[in-house]
Amino acid sequence: MGEIVISSRGLGKRYVIGHQSRERYPALRNVIAQQGRRFLRSALDVIAGRPLVVGDVREEFWALQDVDVEISSGEAVGIIGRNGAGKTTLLKILSRITEPSTGRVVLKGRAASLLEVGTGFHPELSGRENIYLNGAILGMTRAEIRRRFDEIVDFAGVEQFLDTPVKRYSSGMYVRLAFAVAAHLEAEILLVDEVLAVGDAEFQRKCLGKMQDIAGGGRTVLFVSHNMAALTALCRRAILLQQGRLVMDGATATVVSAYLDQEPSRLEVSLSEHRGREKGTCSGALRNLLIDALGAPQPQTGEPLLVRVTVDTTRLPAHALEHPQLTLSFRDAFDRVIFTTVSAYQSEEPLGLERGEYDFECRIDRLPLTPGRYLIAVRLWTPGEMLDGVSPALSFEVLWPQRPPRMLSWSAGLGPVYVPASWRWCRRPAPDLTRGEGDHAG
Amino acid sequence: MGSDPVVGPARILVLEAGRRDAQYWRDLWLYRELFAILAWRDIAVRYKQTLVGVAWAVIRPFLTTLVLTVVFSRVARLPTEGDAPYPLLVLAGVLPWFLFATILSEAANSLVTNAQLVGKVYFPRIVLPLSAAVVSLVDLLVNLAAMAAVMLWFRFLPDWRVVVLPAFVVLAVLAALGPALLLAALNVKYRDFRHLIPFAVQFGLYISPVGFSSAHVPAQWALVYGLNPMVGVIDGFRWCLLGGQTALEPTSLVLSVAVSTFFLWYGGGVFRRTERSFADLI
Repeated sequence: MGEIVISSRGLGKRYVIGHQSRERYPALRNVIAQQGRRFLRSALDVIAGRPLVVGDVREEFWALQDVDVEISSGEAVGIIGRNGAGKTTLLKILSRITEPSTGRVVLKGRAASLLEVGTGFHPELSGRENIYLNGAILGMTRAEIRRRFDEIVDFAGVEQFLDTPVKRYSSGMYVRLAFAVAAHLEAEILLVDEVLAVGDAEFQRKCLGKMQDIAGGGRTVLFVSHNMAALTALCRRAILLQQGRLVMDGATATVVSAYLDQEPSRLEVSLSEHRGREKGTCSGALRNLLIDALGAPQPQTGEPLLVRVTVDTTRLPAHALEHPQLTLSFRDAFDRVIFTTVSAYQSEEPLGLERGEYDFECRIDRLPLTPGRYLIAVRLWTPGEMLDGVSPALSFEVLWPQRPPRMLSWSAGLGPVYVPASWRWCRRPAPDLTRGEGDHAG
Repeated sequence: MGSDPVVGPARILVLEAGRRDAQYWRDLWLYRELFAILAWRDIAVRYKQTLVGVAWAVIRPFLTTLVLTVVFSRVARLPTEGDAPYPLLVLAGVLPWFLFATILSEAANSLVTNAQLVGKVYFPRIVLPLSAAVVSLVDLLVNLAAMAAVMLWFRFLPDWRVVVLPAFVVLAVLAALGPALLLAALNVKYRDFRHLIPFAVQFGLYISPVGFSSAHVPAQWALVYGLNPMVGVIDGFRWCLLGGQTALEPTSLVLSVAVSTFFLWYGGGVFRRTERSFADLI
């Protein structure tokens, strides 16, 4: 442990956000009045020099509040918290992208941030050109990049394609190249946000190894990830953020298990106005999606999982009431389908639903997914026609039933499918070389 | 704490609300390579996957020249200055105008078009509009070469005054950068400016002496007309390129420098003040 390189006191970040108050049946008169009010308000904002806020209800929102933290050189610190807990905001302040609203931070040394791999990559430029471009964007000088160019190319494994525009790269190659540049940054403080969520398992393992080298090499690393196994492996210390406040600071294993305990075992999402809405003939019929780990704190490998889909049948066409069909697709983080369950395979009997709301429940007795982050896509069909779909509807994390996870390599190269299998072993009798053939005991 | 041979010893940085960054100019110097590489990126990418490539840089000003020549010389029958061929008079106005207009629109939009960068990495934001301006300068060089060819064809060669041309190029860049910085900062906050800029540029083409000589402007209006910084710049271009056929009006020149300086100070100030919140707004 060296001297303190990051110290923050009373750090806070405030945002002003707007909401749209929504009327259920917009009448033209109301819409005009609303637009008029909005224009007036925007005009006043412009005159006062305030930023424009969408919507007519205004709210202050503290993304980060009263964060005091001290980090010494050579430390690797994990930052844990749910989405919206302020992890990225903290990194953005430390990397000077945004300035704090309250409090202060003292930084010693050059800080480089890696909030997204491949920031500033230009699709038309070649791999070689993008290495220089991306390096410069991340704060490397040309001399530094030249010095480490071969290492970068070697790490990414794209030698043959160096002079091909990156728009022709496969997504895997693209990500590998982007991470390779970032991994060779020569900053004293490295701020890393969720980079391990990319690439195939083999490459993820390579990335983790590289991150471990960096953390072990005396540099300071702040690491945000939802991958608890990776965090545990990389960082000895972790801090837990909750609604913008720092609620825990300590050994990673302790903080990770505290975080997992507060994770809800039920995850629910409204599908009514979902960004992942697909084009169907009866858009909006899918209402709600809930997954329930049935008592466990989180979905766990090999344990039961309940998925419930709420469907509104009031606007479905008549034939759809006879033969509705729900599909749930479980996908990995790259949106590749791992498996799909269908509510009714070629059911001859009409279901004969009535108009109203229905809950469809799917119980998976043993969740066949290894630890990691997964997505669910839900679709409603009637033979030959997709009525409604939301993809991805929900993302969730699967863990081993026992925690904290001990072996890092377990989550990297396993593949997504968990197959319950039983193993037996027995010792084979050793072949006896001293005795001749004739002495075979009978 | 290791000291990096390139960056020097570790420096201490304090981040605080509303703090004026004392290291801003030093940072700008440290990020000079990013400036160069972004300018290079924009140049390299600009004409990729286009049919005629770099020729686009030449086609637009030369077609504009053609149209303006026909309109002002053939239809409106305005006289040229001295014995300079009318197309050369127009060309000497179109080139600085295009320099001004492209810097204004490209630099003003540079933050929004690079929103991803602004939201994800730190660098002095002024690097973006500045590097956008470099692209327009390269276009100007290409166009000046093309103009030299046209001059040869008309057998009309500039005299010694051409060596002063770089000074007017600098003036044009400064005249454009001031409003561009102001608009870039406002554009982040209020996207209305994105729609306003093309309109303003189109408008400016007619209130600047691009298609005609500023000698046609009545004397009592000269002072007001000179408030447009491009009047001084365009007159200067013509003075340099057309062998002094245009009188170099000191009033419009002084006004041009003064207005440009004012906008540079004001636009730069607004940009610096709002810069720290760009990532939150973009």
